[in-house]
Amino acid sequence: MNGTAPPLLEARGIAKYFGAITALHDVNFHVGRGEVLGVVGDNGAGKSTLMKILSGLYQPSEGELVLDGRPVRFASPKEARRAGIEMVYQDFALAGNMPIYENIYMGREPGIKLGPLTIIDHKKAREMARSHLDNLHINVKSVDQNTEDLSGGQRQAVAIARATAFHAQLVIMDEPTAALAIKEVGKVLDLIRRLKDHGVAVIIISHRMDDIFYCCDRVIALYQGTNFAESPLAATSRNEVIGWIMGTKGHTESLAHDRLQ
Amino acid sequence: MLYNPKLSKFLESYGIVLVVIVMMVVIALSRPDVFLTPQNLTNILKQNATLALVALGMFVVIVTAGIDLSVGSTLALSMVTLALASRMGLPWPVVLLIGPLVGIAVGLVNGIGLTWLKLPHPFIMTLGTLNAVRGIAYLVTEGAPISGLQPEVRYLGQAYYDLGIFAPPAGIPASLIVVAVCAIGLWFFLEKTSTGRHIYAIGGNPQAARVSGVNVNGVLILVYVISGFMAGLGGLLLAGRTDSGFPNAGLMLELDAIAAVIIGGASFFGGRGTVVGVLAGVLIMGLLRNGLNINNVSSFWQMVLIGVVIIFAVWIDVIRRRAAVRT
Repeated sequence: MNGTAPPLLEARGIAKYFGAITALHDVNFHVGRGEVLGVVGDNGAGKSTLMKILSGLYQPSEGELVLDGRPVRFASPKEARRAGIEMVYQDFALAGNMPIYENIYMGREPGIKLGPLTIIDHKKAREMARSHLDNLHINVKSVDQNTEDLSGGQRQAVAIARATAFHAQLVIMDEPTAALAIKEVGKVLDLIRRLKDHGVAVIIISHRMDDIFYCCDRVIALYQGTNFAESPLAATSRNEVIGWIMGTKGHTESLAHDRLQ
Repeated sequence: MLYNPKLSKFLESYGIVLVVIVMMVVIALSRPDVFLTPQNLTNILKQNATLALVALGMFVVIVTAGIDLSVGSTLALSMVTLALASRMGLPWPVVLLIGPLVGIAVGLVNGIGLTWLKLPHPFIMTLGTLNAVRGIAYLVTEGAPISGLQPEVRYLGQAYYDLGIFAPPAGIPASLIVVAVCAIGLWFFLEKTSTGRHIYAIGGNPQAARVSGVNVNGVLILVYVISGFMAGLGGLLLAGRTDSGFPNAGLMLELDAIAAVIIGGASFFGGRGTVVGVLAGVLIMGLLRNGLNINNVSSFWQMVLIGVVIIFAVWIDVIRRRAAVRT
């Protein structure tokens, strides 16, 4: 890319087929360190498939992912996480019956390792969770609260805290505000911007133009399984981005979706 | 007034133990001459050791929001194979291992079948093995009980330690120690180890566990193996206590085990419950039966009452949940 340093993550010619169905073809994009990239697209444009490939849930049928200049292949979300790529899900993906701190460290519990088993140091996990949440300015009554007792915004904050608990380089967020009450959206978006300050790159998939224009540096649009357009945020407008979602370029005021003829 | 948060918190932690104590007092008052004799108490512990083990195994499965209907049949198959092995004259350490190993094998079949065949619910897989394993138990014995076990094999099911305090046949049963060791081991596993916590996480939200990098299928297989192992161990105790292996042992035992787990406060929908609760659930069922027996109430009434207790216990749980939501 520009200059000598390679981007944090680059996708080259990614394609994904499910039987006869082409979900993605020839997708190319990159995201730099500490950059917030917005990914927009209509339902079925391939956003979710793309994110599942990045997070290791799916393997691409063609093409490659390049992380820090080295081609990588993730057989599972575990491998992607090991490489510093984390995912935050639309429905938070928390175990509601378990406390905040256990959700944050699930699958990576601190403690004594005995083969496949870890004898968990619950005290240490609590302390780690507390200081990590403080770092991100996330306020909860206690890390022992079960996540089912939290508000949607708090749950999303815990999910983001989990994603960033171990030197994450890139956090992928699928519709991070879709399940939130309006008054909580702002807090979560502020949290996303705070991640940027910590040098973490973020990819946000969202339908909500407000989200994209509030915290992204750059935006790309997927249309019918391929990347259709891309622009730094400063060089585009809501109407143009909405046009990309619908597969039109050179969008003008007259086609704006919020106008009645 | 009715929904007092402090009271509900207290009841959540100790309510079930309280129920056990109240039951003991009531039964003791009804038959003070019989209930509190060391012999009767020893009997209660001995008779419920097998159910305790099977219920602990069932509990682990129910925490994942699963169910294992095959435990009664597994217990029977374990019992008859170890009795056959004992009669064939295999060395007793081998015979001791056979019961639990058969249980583990059935558990593996359940777990692998469930995860590989992707059946919609463990009810179906284990309903299949409930029938198939029971059938095998009848086939290998041709339907007849096998009696006469080596003394070493009978030991765990039969021995008790009078400690020089109790007059025989009363004392601390060896089977109680087996149950205690299993319960403490299971408690440590579920509370203190990563895999134990993953079992709860799967019960709470399997998707969350999966995306957190938990090998959900692996944990599920392990859970059914634990359940099978406990059923096999229960079979070993029962074989010891009855000095035989009979193929119709443990009929409907799976339902008793489920009842004990549910009475003990575990959620049928997974993710909730404690080892102590399960043991209390077993004791409640055992005390109920014993109390009615020593008061000469017919076993038909016992069935009715146990049914009522199950419904009542879950209803209490519903009320408690509602109280928790309101605070």
